[in-house]
Amino acid sequence: MVTLDEFTKNIEIELDDLESGTLTSDINYRDLEQWSSMYALIIIAYVDSEYNVTLTGDDLRSCNTVRDLYLLIKSRV
Amino acid sequence: MALFTVNNVKIVGFSATVPKYEESNWDYDALSASEQKLLIKTTGIEKRRIAQNGTTTSDLCFHSAKELILKLGWKPQEIELLIFVSQSPDYYLPATSIILQDRLNLPKTTIAFDINLGCSGFIYGLSVISSLISTTKIKKALLFSGDVSSFSVNKNDKSTYPLFGDAATVTALEYDIKGDTLFFNLQSDGSGYEAIIIPDGGLRNPLNDESFVEYQVEKGIRRSRRNLKLEGMDIFNFSLREVAPNINDLLEYANEDKANYNYFVMHQANKLMNESIRKKLNIDKEKVPYSIDKYGNTSSASIPLTIVSELRSQLNKGTNKLILSGFGVGLSWASALITTKNLICTEVLEYE
Repeated sequence: MVTLDEFTKNIEIELDDLESGTLTSDINYRDLEQWSSMYALIIIAYVDSEYNVTLTGDDLRSCNTVRDLYLLIKSRV
Repeated sequence: MALFTVNNVKIVGFSATVPKYEESNWDYDALSASEQKLLIKTTGIEKRRIAQNGTTTSDLCFHSAKELILKLGWKPQEIELLIFVSQSPDYYLPATSIILQDRLNLPKTTIAFDINLGCSGFIYGLSVISSLISTTKIKKALLFSGDVSSFSVNKNDKSTYPLFGDAATVTALEYDIKGDTLFFNLQSDGSGYEAIIIPDGGLRNPLNDESFVEYQVEKGIRRSRRNLKLEGMDIFNFSLREVAPNINDLLEYANEDKANYNYFVMHQANKLMNESIRKKLNIDKEKVPYSIDKYGNTSSASIPLTIVSELRSQLNKGTNKLILSGFGVGLSWASALITTKNLICTEVLEYE
């Protein structure tokens, strides 16, 4: 699996309209001004296609940062 | 596993009716301009048709059936099987199918009953009606599927309102010993029953004064207990997990190669989700039609509506093989392999 930094960058690219550098691995992404429930769906689709890990609603609700997500996916890859 | 084969049945025609009144998600003011853009890009849903003045699902069905019967040159007296698949019936009881039997002047020898399913409902309905035709040898039958979902969604709930449109469809089938084989794979998982639910109105939670009280779930999401509630992430997870294996199992059971299929018509739920499923199955983009941009999620109408809207001119000549798949509320999901020959389709009809 890629490094946390690369993973964060890739998620940022997937989430349209985020300026480069807005998303860091340790901020609570729900606090982003642009956060939308659509982003959750985009993350589920991206992680599924890239890592073959299908995140649940509970998985996403239990994560607050990209680091949390990264560790969760890493444990299932 | 509910994998099975039905013989001696021919699908002869489709029709679809939508309300004339159209809403655009570009005008949906519960969302900011950037949220509208993100929703439309992600879900693919730009416009939806909304029933007006108390129009019911069965009104749309009746309108659609009259046109299709005329186009097929059928006589109402010849039709002896009618199934209505919907989660928005005219009444709590009696079954809407029976009211349609009379309204369409079908004979009293008609078998008529309802099936209460949503997103998977068209495939379930197709499996039941074709099985019945095959065993009873009834010559002509009509399958109705659709919903007026706008009755149940709250305009102040951005997690449901911009997704659903109203539509109803009719599928005409005949008993035919030279008919092609239909293959089905039907599945259910009731552990996810709360993922899409209207909590109040049945016997578990009868309607009461509280049912109509609107409450705030979060910013942009306001609804009451008689409104439809949808857990998007859970549905997304379910669909990504279950749909592709269901179809692969069906192809294996039928000993069919997906490369020989002309089209893959999915329930129109969410463009991002459907595209993820398409990629998992490794099916070319050109084989996968979408009507979701024009009509939104139309529940059990979405598969036949997409056939009528997007494939009408391709299917009215020659032989075509189609993979069909519906998935959602229940949770319930199903797929079918069908073959059509010189299909008779109406245009997408409008109801005023």
